[in-house]
Amino acid sequence: MRLQIKNIRIVDPSQNKDAVGDIFIEDGKIVSKFSGDGKFKIIDGSGKIAAPGLIDVHAHLREPGQEGKETIYTGTRSAAKGGITTVLCMPNTKPPIDNAPTVEFIIFKAQKEGVVNVFPIGCATRGSLGVELSEIGVLKKAGIVAVSDDGLPIMSSQIMRRTLEYTKMFKIPVISHSEDKELSKNGSMNEGKNSMILGIRGMPKQAEEVAISRDIMLAELTGGYLHLAHLSTEGSVDLVRQAKKKGVKITAETCPHYFTLTDDIVKVYDANTKMNPPLREERDVEAIKKGLADGTIDCIATDHAPHTQEEKNREFDLAPFGIIGFETMLSLVLNELVDKRVLSLSEAVAKMALNPAKIFNLESRGSLKEGSVADITIIDAKYSYEFTKESIFSKSKNSPFIGRKFKGGAVMTIVGGDIVWQK
Amino acid sequence: MSLNCKDLLGLEHLDKKDLQTILDAVKPFKSLFTRSVKKAPTLIGKTVVTLFYEPSTRTRNSFEIAAKRLSADVVNVAVSASSVVKGESLIDTGKTLEAMKADYIIIRHSLAGAPDILARNLNASIINAGDGFHEHPTQGLLDLYTMYEKKKKIEGLKVLLVGDIAHSRVAKSNIWALAKMGAEVAVSGPPTLIPENIKDLGVKIYYDLDEAVKKADVVNILRIQLERQQENLFPSVREYVELYQLTKERLGKAKAGVLIMHPGPMNRGIEISSEVADSPNAVINEQVTNGIAVRMAVLYLLKKRKNASSN
Repeated sequence: MRLQIKNIRIVDPSQNKDAVGDIFIEDGKIVSKFSGDGKFKIIDGSGKIAAPGLIDVHAHLREPGQEGKETIYTGTRSAAKGGITTVLCMPNTKPPIDNAPTVEFIIFKAQKEGVVNVFPIGCATRGSLGVELSEIGVLKKAGIVAVSDDGLPIMSSQIMRRTLEYTKMFKIPVISHSEDKELSKNGSMNEGKNSMILGIRGMPKQAEEVAISRDIMLAELTGGYLHLAHLSTEGSVDLVRQAKKKGVKITAETCPHYFTLTDDIVKVYDANTKMNPPLREERDVEAIKKGLADGTIDCIATDHAPHTQEEKNREFDLAPFGIIGFETMLSLVLNELVDKRVLSLSEAVAKMALNPAKIFNLESRGSLKEGSVADITIIDAKYSYEFTKESIFSKSKNSPFIGRKFKGGAVMTIVGGDIVWQK
Repeated sequence: MSLNCKDLLGLEHLDKKDLQTILDAVKPFKSLFTRSVKKAPTLIGKTVVTLFYEPSTRTRNSFEIAAKRLSADVVNVAVSASSVVKGESLIDTGKTLEAMKADYIIIRHSLAGAPDILARNLNASIINAGDGFHEHPTQGLLDLYTMYEKKKKIEGLKVLLVGDIAHSRVAKSNIWALAKMGAEVAVSGPPTLIPENIKDLGVKIYYDLDEAVKKADVVNILRIQLERQQENLFPSVREYVELYQLTKERLGKAKAGVLIMHPGPMNRGIEISSEVADSPNAVINEQVTNGIAVRMAVLYLLKKRKNASSN
């Protein structure tokens, strides 16, 4: 299919471009003009914004094994609705992504039933048990773009060192959910005044910061490529800022809830406010914004973590960690960062498209340059809506943002030249 | 006279006026106890269910007696801890009880917020009988009432809580009630058992019990859970006893009329010496008696549901 998007504001940080123009798409790629004559579809883009398709580097699609929470079918539709064209999915599936057949299954399933690009992340250690390395070479060949044990972080400094060292030859990042599990043991929310009042065991910020310190030192030791997942504290931002200044090869992400919410909203024991790392305090929210603004934090990812209503509507301590995030990321970035002048629109797009593509070596993505894959997110900054439970495409509805009113969001999502979703 | 809420989940949510309303309502119920017929017809035809996910004799019996003295029908549901994990969900259990037309559900649970979750999902009145490390509001109220009865006022009263503040729902409910009524609250215990940010609630911290007891008008001693030692929160019972047991010697440093309280059950010889527990300063048994009257007052004052059959 050939497509011309006319008179649209093109925001493409890869070309330092923010100007009104036309986009031409042919054979799934972005071209400067159509080759020869023939029919093409025209989309009027006036008043709207075209950005390179958003890339979410941290998500849980739950398939195989936990299809009650999410499937590749529902998850990719949820992503498309949020303007996300590429999803990197975490390996804590059942079985976990520590073997080539599971990688191949996910890629095959995504091609067959999915509507956005899916790139699996492999387990850093077998079964994410933190004991022995996965066959990372085999996994890479099968199609993974990074390794991580995510929520089951590698506690042994020796194994973490080996992981960072061994992956160097494959040029893929090691994503670390940095958490000292001993310090955060039995905790369900941020440790502070609110956890004290609520009587919930707390997870101190230092559980994250101690582990980030270690991981940074090991990155320095090995020269391996460390990508730090979901920063949530002021201290973490400071540590990453210092390390980058020193020249250590690391990158970092955060999630929309960490620059939007504080643990004040845990107050009524609503497990839709329970995630790991937990919501922190106002000073952390401000520090995360500062870290985004000064470039300390490279990416914004969702940590989309679907869980069923039965799992979430219960005693706070017994509910699993995690919230869904595909369908609210872009609107939260627009309202909390762009509207509040923390980031320019172009900087925001860089953190959701260009930087993720660079860090995870996703060739020909994250850009609207000629020859790039035609993954495009069309944004309407004036699109006002309320995020309702009924509107959610994800199989799970565990979001603390239900009922929130947004101004601005995705109105059309194009993947490989095909319109996969439009409002 | 009534409270403007259908549930009692914690004292955090009550204001000074509410607390005074409760204090004022206790006395007439307590005066019933010395009569030959100890019953009032207040809750005749109402069903009160006690739903206890943790073992308890004192609190459950106290609620049962309180409800029976108000002429309610009382059903006791004991749930073993294991069924929480593998069995019926909390909400489903609550809905089952509601389908049996329970008007009040009194819940004790090892996890904080369990009563809140029931209250959010049910129409019945929910009374928190202790949830994890969160609150134990009727214990807080009976402690408050006992202090009020003995000292005639709460404003300006210097109250010291001793022991495991971090894991104590009793401490939390005491602090909320006392602070709202204008008392000066202090806590004493090892730093591992006292969250720093308790200061944010206007509470003073003393690590030295000898120093702390000097100024107190009331000393409320908390039960120390021996499992805290396994979590390395204190090294040994012997050392805890040495540092934090309220002994006769320590009592000697306090004001003459100091009130000694304990929510029970006591570990005699650990957090409190027998001499102190049995001393004339101790009002531990009166706390138990007052507990029934306070719970009657709470059952009486909670806002009645609009229509019991609308469910």
